Amino acid sequence: MTVVQDQAGSYRVEGPKAFLDVRDLHVTFPSEDGKVSAVAGLSFQVERGQTLGIVGESGSGKSVSSQAILGLHKGTRAEVTGEIWLDGEELVAMSSQQMRALRGNKVAMIFQDPLSSLHPFYSIGQQIIEAYRVHNKVSKADARKRAIEMLDRVGIPNANKRVDEFPHQFSGGMRQRAMIAMALVNNPALLVADEPTTALDVTVQAQILDLMKDLQREFNSAVVIITHDLGVVAEVADKVTVMYAGRCVEQGLVRDVFYRPQMPYTWGLLSSMPRLDRERKSRLDPIPGTPPSLIDIPPGCVFNPRCTHQAAVEAEQGAPICRTDSPALVEYTDGHLVRCHLTTEQRYHIWNDEIKPKL
Amino acid sequence: MIRYIIRRLVGAILVVIVISMMTFGIFQIGPKLSGASPAYLYVGKVSTPAQVLRVEKRLGLDKPLVEQYWIYMKGIVAGRDFTDGDQVVDCPRPCFGYSFRLNTSVWELIKDRFPVTLSMTIGAAILWLVFGVSIGVLSALRRGSFFDRAAMVVALAGVSLPVFFTGLVLLSIFSYGPSWLQWFPNVHYVAFTENPAEWAHNLILPWVSLAFLFAALYARFTRANMLETMSEDYIRTATAKGLKRRTVVARHGLRAALTPIVTIFGLDLGALLGGAILTESTFSFPGLGLLSYNAISAQDLPIILGVTIIAAIFIVVANVVVDVLYAFIDPRVSVS
Repeated sequence: MTVVQDQAGSYRVEGPKAFLDVRDLHVTFPSEDGKVSAVAGLSFQVERGQTLGIVGESGSGKSVSSQAILGLHKGTRAEVTGEIWLDGEELVAMSSQQMRALRGNKVAMIFQDPLSSLHPFYSIGQQIIEAYRVHNKVSKADARKRAIEMLDRVGIPNANKRVDEFPHQFSGGMRQRAMIAMALVNNPALLVADEPTTALDVTVQAQILDLMKDLQREFNSAVVIITHDLGVVAEVADKVTVMYAGRCVEQGLVRDVFYRPQMPYTWGLLSSMPRLDRERKSRLDPIPGTPPSLIDIPPGCVFNPRCTHQAAVEAEQGAPICRTDSPALVEYTDGHLVRCHLTTEQRYHIWNDEIKPKL
Repeated sequence: MIRYIIRRLVGAILVVIVISMMTFGIFQIGPKLSGASPAYLYVGKVSTPAQVLRVEKRLGLDKPLVEQYWIYMKGIVAGRDFTDGDQVVDCPRPCFGYSFRLNTSVWELIKDRFPVTLSMTIGAAILWLVFGVSIGVLSALRRGSFFDRAAMVVALAGVSLPVFFTGLVLLSIFSYGPSWLQWFPNVHYVAFTENPAEWAHNLILPWVSLAFLFAALYARFTRANMLETMSEDYIRTATAKGLKRRTVVARHGLRAALTPIVTIFGLDLGALLGGAILTESTFSFPGLGLLSYNAISAQDLPIILGVTIIAAIFIVVANVVVDVLYAFIDPRVSVS
């Protein structure tokens, strides 16, 4: 299973290589100040039973790409190009009608804030029943039974009573459980979770992640989990894609990316994470600067304005190519892809000598 | 729920009592501050002190203010008698006194005029609800389209133009305009019980001018609400469930966007039932609004006082109705 950024045209004839196969996804939004390139050339593959984590800062295009998988940009002014293959079907070119039949059925989504994502005027039960009845021709009574069964499955006590309660009567963690029950009510083959634990207490976060892992095993679904929390990725994901300014900068198995990260941005993410198991330093090491505007993407490597290793590249290459040439996403080891101008040798030394000891 | 309604009603009655105290106080103390007894307003400019004293005694204006208020309120609840020398005039409940100028019972006047105001308000309310809300919803769903921009320009005009302007423009075109456009000549009020067709025909212009203003307000309010609702997370959730766009808009969008409209509609309706002064004056429709307008011009205190209290009751009742409705519409409203 390899992901290579092909030249345009060559892979179009190829069929899907995985259950979920996203290829060269671009999402742009027109705005008054110019085109906002929210996702540019994102590719990844996820098999059933596998979990992919997408990490990155706010505005790195994580949520936009996940919404593209559900076709939520259809009918808006956003331009989506590339290919999204799900179980042999291509979603980008699909009609809104066909996409609607898949949405909530074969592919479901869990959102960040369960309070604002649930309708305040309808009971939890009504909302789950609605989700079930869109895709299944069943009576209300049967759908209600199913809703109670799902609520019970996600660990809501007294499900047959609480099914008639409203979202504001649930606690944060319970609401997210209800959200998960709603997403899983049609046994989706693919579950997209957009920051599912961000709005929750830390203790509840762990419960929700455990629940998601259990349910994934039970339903053998593919899961894409979007988060800015590396801890969540380490906890649940098999593979990880690190996004920066709408581009994938590093991708691979979680153990590869976490133990042998190859890209200065990933190093920055790891360094800026507080750790309990290490000696307390006076300060964390944040990544200097701020993410670039997606309207005015810097030439060369997207990360160059914030990267502290450009001198090393210039010394090696004899020219400041970080500011002029965009590095390709190349394979470092099997399935571990990196987008950086530093040579493999330089990266090895910087990681082992400068970054790792300070973590 | 019943306890909640009772509690709200008790609160409403207290509010009405306080309002009645304030209005009564203002209208009794007001003339006195300028050194005149309210009785002067009754007798008129050419008066002798003896006449004024007699009237004061007859109307009970010589008694202390608190006692006067008590008599007034008792009159509303139980009726009262006015004595004029050896003559006794019975004023049955609810007695709001007698008009200074028209020499008729204020309650009879209100009862007589209210159907006019009611006819005008209900018809206009239906028009503005239907047009205002649907235009607002369509504008929001087609934000930035030609329809949206055109509707919002017209709505801006509707909000800015006073009723007496639109009313007069309509009258000059459809009542006094070129003969082929004189669809509504001689607009005047005809009671519904007398001739329903004529009733409606004569009310169309007042309905349209009153509804234009409110439809414009409601269109803008609905559009803003709908736009806000459609960008809510729960709308995205509804779409992600695979619901049809129509279902998302109707069941999830409208339900939330229209809820606040219940509030302003209730209050607007309550306020207008107390008299649509401008519209009634423009079309010379003898409703509560025109009654109070004339009473103010003629300094006819009992009428002003009576209509003000009735209008206050409408607004307070509308408030209670809205609150109770809300408890049914929005599950987050706790009734305890």
